[in-house]
Amino acid sequence: MKVVMAILAVSVLVACEREKREFHQSGIVPQTTPVTDLYPGGGTPHAAERSKYEGNAYALSQGKMLFSAYNCTGCHANGGGGMGPALMDDQWIYGYEPDQVYKSILEGRPNGMPTFRGKIPDEQLGEIAAYVRSLSGQAPKAAAPGRDDHMSGKPAESSTEKRSPKISALPPSAVQ
Amino acid sequence: MGPATVAQSALDPAGPQAAQLSHLWWVMFWVCTSVFLVVIAIVASAVLRRNSEPTPDRLLTGSVAFGVGATVAILFGFLVISFITGRAVASTVDAGAVTITVTGQQWWWNVEYIDPAPNLRVRTANEIHIPVGRPIVFNLASRDVIHSFWVPNLHGKRDLIPGYQTSFWLQADRPGVYRGQCAEFCGHQHAWMALYVTAESDAEYKRWLAAQREPAVEPGSDITRRGQELFLKSTCTQCHTIRGTIAGAVSGPDLTHVASRGSLAAGTLSNTREHIERWVRDPQQAKPGNRMPPNAMSDDDLHALSAYLESLK
Repeated sequence: MKVVMAILAVSVLVACEREKREFHQSGIVPQTTPVTDLYPGGGTPHAAERSKYEGNAYALSQGKMLFSAYNCTGCHANGGGGMGPALMDDQWIYGYEPDQVYKSILEGRPNGMPTFRGKIPDEQLGEIAAYVRSLSGQAPKAAAPGRDDHMSGKPAESSTEKRSPKISALPPSAVQ
Repeated sequence: MGPATVAQSALDPAGPQAAQLSHLWWVMFWVCTSVFLVVIAIVASAVLRRNSEPTPDRLLTGSVAFGVGATVAILFGFLVISFITGRAVASTVDAGAVTITVTGQQWWWNVEYIDPAPNLRVRTANEIHIPVGRPIVFNLASRDVIHSFWVPNLHGKRDLIPGYQTSFWLQADRPGVYRGQCAEFCGHQHAWMALYVTAESDAEYKRWLAAQREPAVEPGSDITRRGQELFLKSTCTQCHTIRGTIAGAVSGPDLTHVASRGSLAAGTLSNTREHIERWVRDPQQAKPGNRMPPNAMSDDDLHALSAYLESLK
């Protein structure tokens, strides 16, 4: 009996899998001419591939670090918005799927969002997109960042309620 | 050229604070060694004793009392001498000190020479030049996790705490290049987070500072012009500054005078053309986990970029 218990205990230890940190990235991959593939409703072709960052705590915290390092905070503040739209609410102008957020950063969007094509490597774009989604609670709580480096005016991403995202067809400024 | 590299050791002090700390260390070393030898001698005499009669209680009580008394006295002595050393090391600094802000981040040191006139401030990375015989005030901060600034030949450790600025001062009494390193575990590349402090004469220091204040040199040949174009049009500008160009981001080390530095990536690689190319193409191979992304570019482009970076004296 003791032997069986010992074997069970060891196998439980072995079953613990450490989350993987991907250091080796491919860098800038030359991309073809931008083709509009905004998806009205429904999923997107690459959604599954992009969302691999969302369950990974390291990728999300890298995304959070890059979000301020690349000055996304300059327009979007820490998610509350400013010159640019808020990212922590349930309103999404150009789509909320991981692939759509990725495309918005890659291609830029009208009325101020610049393109980061050729400036930010693909993997980092994926990490930033995953972090942006975590701002409104779209990423798993177990993986989302649990603390802020800046002054906290809101709960950390890991304690953000998951909002059900809505597509707002027009920028809020245009609706008023 | 320049002062010689000094072996990194807290027992080879090159400044007043390090001398105090080294003195304290030697006092503790010799006292503890003596205590150890005395204890071993007593144990040896007990083991080798022929006489097997039990020790009288009176003698036993006496020796225990002596042992406890001596321990308390020695520890109290250490307390006093540590206090005196601590006061001497932490004493405030006279006016006229050079002020340098060092910000630790994973895994390099951002160095900024403070000047009341903003245009005279200098930003560099991982290598600090200081004049010999003058007090240098360091303001220490961190951008991510706790690091610790430690140049053993010049001073003890001082932690860099996120969101909180600490200060201390040190002074180098003789010229030399002193290696320092992060002394608080800070993640994957903690071991490769080194810095170099070059202590030199006042004239040499002033010459260095004046050169660092200049904007980057304009590319003078076709290949360096191509290199600059590549730098300004690619991912590099997202993180790095080259003063005199449009590149002005502060997430990565300032590259305005990168060719004047001796090492790349906080002491990981020596600053040669070959290492620049290796580093730019795949930084994760040289220093896994660091924050620099890889850059897929053709050999010709890589040569042009490294030629440009090498021209930034």
